[in-house]
Amino acid sequence: MNRRRILMTALAVFFLVMTISFPALGAKTIKIGVIGPMQFMQGKGHWNGATMAAEEINAKGGVKVGNKKMKIELVKADSNEFLNVTDATNAMELLATREKVDFIVGGFRSEAVLAMQDIAMDYKKIFIGCGAAHPELCIRVAKDYDRYKYWFRGTPINSKFLVRTSFIQMATVGAILKKSLNIPKVRVAVVAEKAMWADPLIPAAEGFLPKIGMELAGVWRPSPVATDVMAELSAIQREGAHLILTFFSSSVGIPFARQAGELKIPAVQVGINVEAQKDGFWQATQGMGNYVMTLNTYNRHVEVNELTKPFVERYIKRFGETPTYNAGTYDAIFYTLAPAIEQAGTLDADKLVSIIETRDYKVTSGRIAYLKDAEGRPLHEIKWGPGYQTSLGVQWQDGKTVGVWPLKWKATKEAPEITYKGIVPYKIAPWVIEKYKK
Amino acid sequence: MLLDIIISGLISGSMYALLAIGFSLIFGVARIVNIAHTAFYMLAAYGIYFGTYKLGIHPVVSMLVSVILVTFLGLIAYKLFIDPIREHEAAVLIATIALAIAMQEIMLLIFTGSYLSVPALIKGYFSIFSVKVFYQQLLTFGAALLILAALWILLLKTKLGLAIRSTAEDREVANLMGMNESRVAMITMGISVGLAGLTGAVIVPLTILDPLMWMHPLIMMMAVVVLGGLGSIKGSFVGAYILGFAEALVVFLIPMGAFLKGSVALSIMILVLLIRPEGLFGIAFEEER
Repeated sequence: MNRRRILMTALAVFFLVMTISFPALGAKTIKIGVIGPMQFMQGKGHWNGATMAAEEINAKGGVKVGNKKMKIELVKADSNEFLNVTDATNAMELLATREKVDFIVGGFRSEAVLAMQDIAMDYKKIFIGCGAAHPELCIRVAKDYDRYKYWFRGTPINSKFLVRTSFIQMATVGAILKKSLNIPKVRVAVVAEKAMWADPLIPAAEGFLPKIGMELAGVWRPSPVATDVMAELSAIQREGAHLILTFFSSSVGIPFARQAGELKIPAVQVGINVEAQKDGFWQATQGMGNYVMTLNTYNRHVEVNELTKPFVERYIKRFGETPTYNAGTYDAIFYTLAPAIEQAGTLDADKLVSIIETRDYKVTSGRIAYLKDAEGRPLHEIKWGPGYQTSLGVQWQDGKTVGVWPLKWKATKEAPEITYKGIVPYKIAPWVIEKYKK
Repeated sequence: MLLDIIISGLISGSMYALLAIGFSLIFGVARIVNIAHTAFYMLAAYGIYFGTYKLGIHPVVSMLVSVILVTFLGLIAYKLFIDPIREHEAAVLIATIALAIAMQEIMLLIFTGSYLSVPALIKGYFSIFSVKVFYQQLLTFGAALLILAALWILLLKTKLGLAIRSTAEDREVANLMGMNESRVAMITMGISVGLAGLTGAVIVPLTILDPLMWMHPLIMMMAVVVLGGLGSIKGSFVGAYILGFAEALVVFLIPMGAFLKGSVALSIMILVLLIRPEGLFGIAFEEER
């Protein structure tokens, strides 16, 4: 009886080990982990973009790997990075170990992605970032190429380029204010949420404003989750700011826009307001977010290139909303990974890295080529500029977002003028006109 | 700027007072540390959103219905999760944390993490000495004062209030005097959760809804209660306005450090506790009860 019990136990353990240790038999798939804060818009964007890419690729039979076709299988991982970086690293660890994914796309908060990146690099998994903007993510590639070479930025452009674009858009709007309202010198209030990604933006703004003939009215740093910004708005109005340069990635963008709109603060809002990129912004601000302008990647009416509109229309049809930049997981899979795999004929990460980092190719938001640093070391950082990635300036006008930048924009004096198809003129809020028009 | 600070301080202080008094009440009477207190505030806020936008009910009616429903939910939660383990304070603490997180996750599942809002009952603003004040802020402040006044009358002028205060002062003696301590605790729980629901109702037009909205008020509420003295309602009232004004001062006087308002308020709490560990109106020794 004892011997029989031992034998049964041994058999049970054996079968348990067999089922856990060995991969399932059958056709292998390319497993791509999609990691992000899945209960929030950003994570949903990650998942939706990846889902569309996987469905379209699989509908054509999959990705050609050598002489066989393999379908894409997505694995969802909730990083919970808004609440807890430890959860994010655990999720990444599980993707690499339990799920044994081949590639990873996603990530949102820079603080969390910096930690997730290390986990992915430990397991030598190609990780394409689709949300975090901190330059450090790519500086690591240059500093320690052998370890970090598996990291690529997919979207957005890094925070330095985001700032540069925001400044250009601010200068554009400032020029409009100056010309339309006869304001001799535009005063700018810089309002940046207290978060890691926004820290370098303050000194950059302080240095840039005098160069374009504007002056700094003051700097405000509300909490990223502040729900009342009356104090900041009152102070901004007291300082006589004509333009508010915003850097918001979190919920503070909503009360700021709402309260500024309700109070009819006589200053236009330009910059980055991630909440204003979403279709739900109008409801969240109770319609008070009119005329808010923000950097964005997609707009349903704007075509950056021939790939943009079909993608945006299919996305809206499939998911009922405009894609946020986090849906760049579509580009990461469809235009970055799949073609590289087909070219390499393998899923081997090292071979793919050497192909991806030298490619120059179109995506739905522009064109991707990877930068090197001043010493010629690869950064795996996406190139900013006309013909590559510039982002868009979108403005809320009467309940919908429209593209307002680039409109006849010249990157340099010698550069050609750029206007994307579907861009319309910027509108100044009527209460601002009323306040300043002489 | 002074007027800005006063208005901002009064609004924040009123919100913290409503929450902290509710929390103090149940702690004082039944020794229950209800970490889920602000989660009920969150539930009420979402209930108002749901009623207003999904069911098309008038916002005021949504508010009333939400407060009543949340109060009932609080009583059910008390009966099922808290009452059986009331004598084990550590277990109650953990149970209420778990309850709060469960409520958060349920809201996350139903409403996702998207930020939502509810329309103001009165739109627009007016100016006092060139300081702009929303009508909704005035309404919120007025409603908060009304609720606090009603609570004061309940506690000081009614038999129920007398029973609550007696039980808070000395449970055993109150029992000996013929007051059903268990029933008083349950009623107090209802009042406490009701206050949290009412806070949700008055604050929600001024704030954003998200499943994590219960966390910051929880920290501030705990700070208020500790500053004022655990179990002291008067202390909670005074402490709430001290911290509300502290936050307003930081935000207006140090714009670059506006994000530090919570830290400064908590630092004030720590400073007070260093001088007077029992809080402003707390009891120094248990034997004094």
